Amino acid sequence: MNWSDRIAPTVKAIPPSGIRRFFDIAAEMKGVISLGVGEPDFITPWHIRESCIHGLHRGYTSYTSNYGLLELREEIAKSLHKDYQVTYDPRQEVLVTVGVSEGLDLAMRALLGPGDEVLVPEPCYVSYKSCVTLAGGTPITIPTNVENEFRITAEQLEEYVTPRTKILLIGYPNNPTGAIMSREDLEGIAAFALKHDLIVISDEIYAKLTYDGTHTCFSSLPGMRDRTIVLNGFSKAYAMTGWRIGYAVSNVDFIAAMTKIHQYTMLCTPITAQIAAIEALKSGEKNVEHMVSEYNYRRRLIFNGFRQMGLDCFEPKGAFYIFPSIKKTGLTSLEFAEQLLMTEKVALVPGDAFGESGEGFVRCSYATSTKNITEALERIGRFIESIKK
Amino acid sequence: MKELLECLEKDHTQTPDQLAIMLNKPAEEIAALIKKYQDEKIIVKYQTIIDWEKAGVDNVTAVIEVRITPQREVGFDAIAERIYRYSEVRSLYLMSGGYDLSVTVEGTSLKEVADFVSTKLSTIDGVVSTTTHFMLKKYKFAGVIINDEEEEHRLVVSP
Repeated sequence: MNWSDRIAPTVKAIPPSGIRRFFDIAAEMKGVISLGVGEPDFITPWHIRESCIHGLHRGYTSYTSNYGLLELREEIAKSLHKDYQVTYDPRQEVLVTVGVSEGLDLAMRALLGPGDEVLVPEPCYVSYKSCVTLAGGTPITIPTNVENEFRITAEQLEEYVTPRTKILLIGYPNNPTGAIMSREDLEGIAAFALKHDLIVISDEIYAKLTYDGTHTCFSSLPGMRDRTIVLNGFSKAYAMTGWRIGYAVSNVDFIAAMTKIHQYTMLCTPITAQIAAIEALKSGEKNVEHMVSEYNYRRRLIFNGFRQMGLDCFEPKGAFYIFPSIKKTGLTSLEFAEQLLMTEKVALVPGDAFGESGEGFVRCSYATSTKNITEALERIGRFIESIKK
Repeated sequence: MKELLECLEKDHTQTPDQLAIMLNKPAEEIAALIKKYQDEKIIVKYQTIIDWEKAGVDNVTAVIEVRITPQREVGFDAIAERIYRYSEVRSLYLMSGGYDLSVTVEGTSLKEVADFVSTKLSTIDGVVSTTTHFMLKKYKFAGVIINDEEEEHRLVVSP
């Protein structure tokens, strides 16, 4: 029996993750320095962990409302208002999700019908396209380039918009490029969304990790609140990746539709994570500041290192990734990553794992110690010298 | 420059060049600042934190609560100086509350510390009383967890 024939065609058509194969090789090797990790190297701050333990002691082990604990939704609404002056009703316009990943899936499933098109600027997070496809939509990818610091512009989007376009999906600060969009940049996108009557899904999971200027929440732009679904969470800012907790905010109808799917598929986000998230929002700011300044030191260190190596590299302004071009070496992204891993035992992720326009680049995460960064830079420098010969 | 001092407090082995990159300042400026902080004794000393227990070296530490009679004009300072000049004294703080000075004393044996308290510390003029607490275990020192068992559990590569 060939069981693979029974798998749904949509699922079958999705290519395997470009990162997966690489992970399997790297995981087996000893002495690897990894710049390939897409999560903080900090452990969740103790006060957050402690609040979860305390919650368990007090017997918080039940289901919660499908929307999530009201206290958490209130804290989310409060923090969005404080940071971006955008207002959401915690009772109807906030949904606590199992990370941004679930939020994205819910948003796509709630909004897309067959043939609906979603504009997806690339390079982008690995799940964007697949989420669209799994929800029955068609992803239309738009390459961004290093010359424009991997930002997207309305002019570019105009080339790809059709009468079937329903959603624009953006993710800034960006994984894998570290690009950010200024308020002015985003205003251009907002005007484009308005002109074509598009819904905007804005993945802002790296919002707090912005090193140059301040982050603008897309829904805080005039006229954008109701046509935007903002996805955010606790993974990156509070070092809570494994807790799997995030949230979606939007208008009442979108959140109700997403909650309908959430209640039948997930029911609710684990209460343990929700309790921890309340503590994170109530008193986590100092720790966030500390982590941001640490990432910023490392960002400068790794950026300087790549520049000294002679690699073309734009200065990342957000998240914890740097995306140097390796075109000068004459290798493809995959060849570069594989040969570097084999000869110098440094793991990083080939840029094409994040879309075709990522080819010729590699993603390096600087969510690791300065000692590791320094050692990795030394090894990469040695590797580049060796292939010149 | 608070950031520089924080970086040095965490790890003083970082070179001025590396600190300059991390703090986005010229290397000469960082080197000059470090020298200035050293000259002005803002940077008092560079020290290493050692887990002596793990190193197999026996040590006894006691925290001693000391009550003293403050003296005219010099208050607590003169007596404090007579105490902190002893090499056995590792730290000394003037405290609010039920006693005046908190003295940390280190020795190689219980007897050595006890002798110091009875023959040196309590005989100083102005010392009214002492209460000695021997330390049983050191969990955290200077912001560092001594035997930190937290490990990294991240995958080698993740999206």
